[in-house]
Amino acid sequence: MTAPWTAGEDPQVHPIARSGDLVHIRQAIRTLSQECRLSLVDQTKMITAASELARNTLIYGGGGTVSSGLVSANGKRGVAAVFEDSGPGIADVEQAMTDGWTSGGGLGLGLSGARRLVDDFQLVTAPGEGTTVTIIKWVR
Amino acid sequence: MSERLPILRIGDILLVSVQFDLEDQMVLNLQEDLANEIVAKSARGVVIDISALEIVDSFVGRMLATVAAISRVLDARTVVVGMRPAVAITLVELGLSLGGVSTALDLEKGLAKLRQPTSSALR
Repeated sequence: MTAPWTAGEDPQVHPIARSGDLVHIRQAIRTLSQECRLSLVDQTKMITAASELARNTLIYGGGGTVSSGLVSANGKRGVAAVFEDSGPGIADVEQAMTDGWTSGGGLGLGLSGARRLVDDFQLVTAPGEGTTVTIIKWVR
Repeated sequence: MSERLPILRIGDILLVSVQFDLEDQMVLNLQEDLANEIVAKSARGVVIDISALEIVDSFVGRMLATVAAISRVLDARTVVVGMRPAVAITLVELGLSLGGVSTALDLEKGLAKLRQPTSSALR
């Protein structure tokens, strides 16, 4: 699942450099979710998950990018987003995925909460090597 | 840039209607402005209308919980009104159940809730 993009559907890349970028990212994911005809609840879940992960990229990853686009597999269509940063990475992934655990001042719901809101969730990280989170919401 | 949401006053109630997706700084400004206005206007209640919001993430959710707590400390009560069903489903699944936040389905019910005696209005 490292490269979810289907041929012919190039992802859009958005910077995550300041908190104002989160508004644009939520808007971009909303547009894709509507294009893909996700249900209203699924749209809301996908946009919310993207908002949580983009904020993580900004606060914990020191900024980065999100690539988002439509994907298809096994006759299904979906919306995918890949959040990348070259920040400090996560040493203990299991701990980071625990509800309520945070290394910053947040609520500790970003990663664990986002995973519950989407269908596919993949976290690739190593200390000193940044963090990449890929999420997909499929049309049901 | 520090845009701020207008805070309206009806009697001793403060009313904020969130009409568009907020930048984080506006969310923080609102928290601060409401605390100041509660004291400046001797407000007894705060109503935050989020019926236009398509999503509430943990940042905004935390602001709602914080405003509720701040108002309690300042002898006022906060009611969040108009949450969309999809937003409610998403918030709970995210892990944010807003336990300390009083809610109502619409503005009218929210105002009615603030008129009730404290004991029955607070969960």
